Amino acid sequence: MKQERPKKFGMVIDLDKCTGCGACMVACMSENNVPFKPDETDKLTSITWMRVYELNNGKPFPETDVCYLPRPCQQCEGHHGHSPCVSVCPATATDYGMETGIVSQIYTRCFGCRYCMAACPYHVRYFNWWDPVWPDGMEKYLNPNVSVRMRGVVEKCSFCYHRYQSAKDRATYEYAEGDRDSLELGEDEYQTACTQACPAGAIIFGDLNNPDHRVHQIAQPDEKHGGRPKNPHAFRLLERLGTNPKVYYLSNRDWVRRQGDNTLAGEGKLKRH
Amino acid sequence: MSFIIGGAAGTALSPLPWKLTDDLSIWTQMWPWTPVPPDGEISYDGSTCTLCPGGCGIQVRKVDRRAVKIEGTPGHPINDGGICILGLSGLQLLYGPTRVKGPMKQTGGRGSGRWVPVSWEEALEEVAGRLAEIRDQGRPESLAVFSGNRRGTIPAMLTRFLTAYGSPNIVTGASLADSYELALHRMQGVQASAGLDLDQTDFLLSFGSGVLDGWGSPVRMFRTNSALKDGRGRLVQLEPRLSNTAAKADQWISINPGTEAALALGLAHVIVLEKRYRAQFVNEFGGGFDAFKQMVMSGYAPETVAQITGVDAKTIVTLARDFSKASMPAAVCGRGAGDTPGSMNEVFAVHALNALVGAVNSAGGVWAVPEPVEYPWPEPEMDETAARGMQAGRLDGAGQGRYTATSSRPEQFFEAIRDGEGYPLEALFVVEANPCYSQRDPETVNAALAKIPYVVSFSSFLDETARNADLILPNHVYLERYEDVVNPGVFNRPFVGLVQPVVDPQFNTRNVGDVIIELAQGLGEPVGGAFPWDSYEDCLEQAYEEQWDALTGDGFWMDEDFTPAGWPEAFETASGKFEFLPEGLEGGYAPLEIEGASGEYPLVLVPYDSMRVSTGYIGNPPFMTKTVSDTVLKGDALLVEVNPKTAAQLGLSEGSRAVLTTAKDSVDVRVHLYEGLMPGLVAMAKGFGHTAYDKYLAGKGSNVNRLIGPVQDPVSGLDAAWGVRAKLTRA
Repeated sequence: MKQERPKKFGMVIDLDKCTGCGACMVACMSENNVPFKPDETDKLTSITWMRVYELNNGKPFPETDVCYLPRPCQQCEGHHGHSPCVSVCPATATDYGMETGIVSQIYTRCFGCRYCMAACPYHVRYFNWWDPVWPDGMEKYLNPNVSVRMRGVVEKCSFCYHRYQSAKDRATYEYAEGDRDSLELGEDEYQTACTQACPAGAIIFGDLNNPDHRVHQIAQPDEKHGGRPKNPHAFRLLERLGTNPKVYYLSNRDWVRRQGDNTLAGEGKLKRH
Repeated sequence: MSFIIGGAAGTALSPLPWKLTDDLSIWTQMWPWTPVPPDGEISYDGSTCTLCPGGCGIQVRKVDRRAVKIEGTPGHPINDGGICILGLSGLQLLYGPTRVKGPMKQTGGRGSGRWVPVSWEEALEEVAGRLAEIRDQGRPESLAVFSGNRRGTIPAMLTRFLTAYGSPNIVTGASLADSYELALHRMQGVQASAGLDLDQTDFLLSFGSGVLDGWGSPVRMFRTNSALKDGRGRLVQLEPRLSNTAAKADQWISINPGTEAALALGLAHVIVLEKRYRAQFVNEFGGGFDAFKQMVMSGYAPETVAQITGVDAKTIVTLARDFSKASMPAAVCGRGAGDTPGSMNEVFAVHALNALVGAVNSAGGVWAVPEPVEYPWPEPEMDETAARGMQAGRLDGAGQGRYTATSSRPEQFFEAIRDGEGYPLEALFVVEANPCYSQRDPETVNAALAKIPYVVSFSSFLDETARNADLILPNHVYLERYEDVVNPGVFNRPFVGLVQPVVDPQFNTRNVGDVIIELAQGLGEPVGGAFPWDSYEDCLEQAYEEQWDALTGDGFWMDEDFTPAGWPEAFETASGKFEFLPEGLEGGYAPLEIEGASGEYPLVLVPYDSMRVSTGYIGNPPFMTKTVSDTVLKGDALLVEVNPKTAAQLGLSEGSRAVLTTAKDSVDVRVHLYEGLMPGLVAMAKGFGHTAYDKYLAGKGSNVNRLIGPVQDPVSGLDAAWGVRAKLTRA
């Protein structure tokens, strides 16, 4: 069996198609056993691996415009896997997967220091201040493929890594049975829960290293410049931090693209590498 | 001293602190109450979602017998793999704490909360006894049924039960679909539901419809919008508020609320003036076109319409040209998710606009879609008592007098009972509905219920209406039962979706269809004779005998070859033509007077829909409430949107506590400044303010229905209120 080339799973989210309906958030919560509390209006403690932010152009009525921005873990690569969170974790509870490009989170290793939360510029990481509680009977819907987290650990989006594992298991089985020629997964064999659910088809997921995959074709990552998109309508959040994230956003609206990098008033233009 | 430093250094260098930290994290993580979901065999079961009228295909992922995830069915004609936020949350309803776990009786009087579980035999015996008694007194018409759904075998069985029993009072919840049906009836002379050929539409003009906020079949509307974005065409939204639909439309035009019909006529003026209409349609199939032409030409010049609507004249002209230039345009109306019927004047005006550009039964346009099947059951036999009861006339006045083409008038039904009009009711069944929450002015419903001696709820959940009942005979939730979903949303072909059980019933519940059969048979002849089936499933299979293989195989049946009637055959009006000026439009734009005097109430309150909040019979599941922004709900306080200019005049700022008052009621709110809302308006989210359900929903915010009373449409007799005058004062 030949060695598979490394993958770099990534996402392209079309902000002009996203309607802000929130289906991705709930698809994620129900796939990944994310708990809920009676009051979830304090968004600092409300665990949402996928969170939809609302942007607006700041203009008065009727020139106002609003855009929604779904924000999963950006799965930063940094330089050679030095993502902001990975480099500060003292427990090796979070690590950069060189084979997949996915930043892992191992709950049983995490001891809750929350350095990673401080380091993450995208607020994708959440701390479990309380033990999860499901109302009597509701624990029946919990997904056995994702461990339930406990008080005291940090959690975040995993790009539904368990789905990748399941798809690989299935492929291995089918290969052994002679039902398939290769262990290579097709584009549609591994999709995240949010991608699958999105009623607007605004989320696209796949391998950024694979030129046959739509994410590669749309984002056109420039490997010479840390994965920066060549598509002029695509952008990544806080590009200039050099976090080299794997979530690309699309919009035809200039004001939306401008908000991808929060320059201060009077600050210089975006520095080109 | 050196001993202390040495000791500290030694401890730090030894593995002890690290080992202890590690152990501590392990100890504190191994609590027995952290659930470990059991593993098992994975399977997928297909069904149809019933949580909104959309009719999406779903597949439920199961681990052994547990349902763990709901996903959309790939290839399904309505949602093709996509699924909305409510559909995704369905398992929280199935396994939720507010399910009614078996039949129960409220012993301490309504609202006391003192429930005593009873057996099904005991419960059914009690109900049958009450019904037999009422019938023996010769007053069968004093039994009524309120059903949330109007289509499908369950409402048909309920109607059948009442007919055999002797009551005309089957009342169903009314929505925009009723208004569209009436429009097709009056303008095209047909009995059909309105469908949209969205696979082809290249210009969707929405008069305030929440195309991306829950209108029609939400997933299908979302897919359409994405297809338009991919280059097929445009969506233009006319609305006084920057809703999600407006934000995602290619163009948002703000318009004074309630003036949509005037704008439609203004667009018609430009199209007629510039001869941009579809001449073949208008000349050959346009009835009353000359009068229509005269009306729009004399009264609806762009400048005049600009005065009424607030949309400037140039925009009106450009929009009319763009719309008529599109090759497959369609115009739609009905505010928000379309769960209130709305004004017929507006539906007529907008549909006349469709006719002008030939978007009637044409590619990309509005199609008249007939019922997929006619149930093969013979009319139930009525004995003398039943026949006399049926003569009594409906309490809601639907199907009579001015409202012959209206099937139900829920608002009038509750008002008549409250006011003691007609005859008193002895018993009411409530099926798949929660009128004590979701009707406008729920106090009227409460007052009506107080006058009915016996109320039976069939709800699966302990909702506001169930809490106000004497007896609950809980239905299975949709994932546990069989049912049919007929012509959902604005689908453009005759369609039936099959709801199938994917898990065993979790509690001691029964399908309402089976309960009706049992009750009928318990009553003996002649009522029992109308229900010859062994079970509801038996009845369902008989109703769709020819479609059954497709239904059980694919989960749905649709008439693949369906094409709408061509223009020469399409119109069954007296003239055989499309009627441009039905009664209700002949006078032109007829603004609906909303409740309240403008002097006392200087603002206008408009309720709004959001995909993240369920507003009808289904209470919002915890997952969805979790996604609600903190600019809508903060703690238990609901924030209402106000334009910063208006807020400044009222001395209000972001987060201010305020009291929102209308002629109906007054509620405490907080203020969220929103530039996307027209000055002078207050926008309030629907779906909050539940008093029933659990701690994840009850007590959060206020119910906007409390602030708005129904306003009767003169043509349909249904609720047409789109808002209410209000005042907002600092608390």
